[in-house]
Amino acid sequence: MSDSTAIAHEAHHEHPPYQRHHFETVEQQADATNFAMWLFLLTEIMFFGGLFTAYLIYRNWYYPAFVAASHQLDIRWGTANTAVLISSSFTMAMGVWCSETRRKSGLVLCLVLTFLLGLVFLGIKTIEYSEKIEKHHVPGFHYSLNSFLNPDSDEAAKAAGDKPLPLDMARHTELYFFLYFAMTGMHALHMIIGIAILGYMIFRARAGAYTTGHVTFVENFGLYWHFVDIVWIFLFPLLYLISRHAN
Amino acid sequence: MSEPIKHGDEHETHDGVEHAAKHGEHEHHVTPPIVYIVIFGCLLVLTAATVGASYIEMGVFNPIIAIAIGVVKATLVVLFFMGVKYSTRLTKLTVGAGLFTFLVLIGMTLSDYISRAWGRW
Repeated sequence: MSDSTAIAHEAHHEHPPYQRHHFETVEQQADATNFAMWLFLLTEIMFFGGLFTAYLIYRNWYYPAFVAASHQLDIRWGTANTAVLISSSFTMAMGVWCSETRRKSGLVLCLVLTFLLGLVFLGIKTIEYSEKIEKHHVPGFHYSLNSFLNPDSDEAAKAAGDKPLPLDMARHTELYFFLYFAMTGMHALHMIIGIAILGYMIFRARAGAYTTGHVTFVENFGLYWHFVDIVWIFLFPLLYLISRHAN
Repeated sequence: MSEPIKHGDEHETHDGVEHAAKHGEHEHHVTPPIVYIVIFGCLLVLTAATVGASYIEMGVFNPIIAIAIGVVKATLVVLFFMGVKYSTRLTKLTVGAGLFTFLVLIGMTLSDYISRAWGRW
């Protein structure tokens, strides 16, 4: 308690080195930075929102194609990745707490764990992507409709009990995979950027940064990381769980 | 399960740091780890629930349940992991504005797609 109140008093009288001159108080600076971070996240919401809207419309138009195409995704990898990402959000939240309570080694540990879980996520995504490449499910010239026209020849389609789709509907599976790669790809790009920043933060945290009472950077990075987690929270049911019950 | 979440509520304060945060108006709020742990558990349980629900035939309710669970999970992340529950009114308003604008994007686009060929099918 004394720790925290002491900082507040200091902030009003002397200026901590991290307080910029154009701010009256440290609190004002923190609030302004937090506000700015949220404004950035709003642009991100609208960016992913466009992709989600496109998904929603095409899913309604070409539902059978979306169902068949979604059966090509491995639900086990998807579930595992969801758990991995939620865990990384948890370690990041704990990192913010360590930063706020000035636990240097705890912060470094949390950041390293978040970093590693982020890499595990991307590793699993790589396995999934390479499977799609092997089966020619990447939209483009080499796209193959085989899994959807002859589902018995495809293990995943057979396991899901898919019936052959008419050619015009089967073609629309390419649209599903286009959205799949656009959405998970943009999500993965955000992960890569996040992991790069995490690497920088680990380096800085080991040198003693973020545990001196100035937690803004860790806190705002946490907001970014949790946002990326939220995007996946919606991508997972929309892409993997369209219809696992009906045939 | 909802029990420990309430510890972060306005009136129950055990942690000294948290106590200080309530009195100084602009004081930085520190969410105690127990809140993060409980939310983490809830998110994992909800993930299992959404996978399980996808295997049950519920007709039109399948996507509705999936989205509903997603919304609950996202709300937990926003309120606790992102700390919006304890943040300033400005932040809350900003988050609300983002959600509203997103709903406008989805709602108006879909209303166009639904109504464009109205009566011509």
